[in-house]
Amino acid sequence: MENFTPVASLIGGLLIGTSAAALLALNGSIAGISGIVAGALGRPSGARVWRLLFIAGLMSAGVIASFAAPKSMEIAIDRSLGVFIAAGLLVGFGTRMGNGCTSGHGICGISRGSMRSLLATITFMATGAATVYLVNHLLAGKQ
Amino acid sequence: MRLVVSYLCGLVFGAGLVIGGMTQPAKVVGFLDIAGHWDPSLAMVMIGAIAAYAVAYRLITRLPAPAFAESFAMPQRSDIDAKLVGGAALFGIGWGLSGFCPGPAVTSIAAGSLAAPAFVLAMVAGMLVYARVAESSAAAGNIESETAAKIVLEADA
Repeated sequence: MENFTPVASLIGGLLIGTSAAALLALNGSIAGISGIVAGALGRPSGARVWRLLFIAGLMSAGVIASFAAPKSMEIAIDRSLGVFIAAGLLVGFGTRMGNGCTSGHGICGISRGSMRSLLATITFMATGAATVYLVNHLLAGKQ
Repeated sequence: MRLVVSYLCGLVFGAGLVIGGMTQPAKVVGFLDIAGHWDPSLAMVMIGAIAAYAVAYRLITRLPAPAFAESFAMPQRSDIDAKLVGGAALFGIGWGLSGFCPGPAVTSIAAGSLAAPAFVLAMVAGMLVYARVAESSAAAGNIESETAAKIVLEADA
């Protein structure tokens, strides 16, 4: 657990929860990122603009961080570009099929006490852990 | 005002991801790597986020309406179906392969790596493929396909 950052991660989580709460209290919207991205792809409408601006906000945070704290934006993982593309396809398809991702199900849904979201979260954590086990241990032969 | 709120919420959400370490795929994979050098940071992010949102949610939903919108857009579904579990399972595989879920990947689009924009483009393609698949299966089932596609793109989280 030498890489564990409990305090920074807890603060990061509180910021995420606060942002999601503000989006609900002020705009009435759920901060599920896969849903926001999918909604931004829909037909041109007023409902698209706020999603694009939310995405712009996320990207701005990343750009600022890449200058202010470049280490916080490091990939630092041994995967080819092809793997990232295959992963992206699975994440896009899967989050639409299952109606949500880590934010929509894992944070907003679990907080609301949604059984759907709890089950989805348990499922994607299980298949995520199984995939990492396969890639990092069985295929790579590490440890 | 609504649009300013959207941008600022995205900015704070992204800052939370960055500070929480979630824009480093290696940390996310470290969380999922139970058999390796386990890094529980992601669990701390979720605890913090759920704690803040769960408390706020209970207060916010007592309000008659959000400040800058007519009503709360709450997910209404409570049924458990194969699509929910199957979709989450596929998402988890992609998440484990890359260490990216949608939020951190979008946050990292313009942060210098090629992996993040490539991942996001593929993710968008995957979303469009699913919308197309759902549309055609809905058409086969005699549901009006345009309605189905709208559901696919705009349904809950």
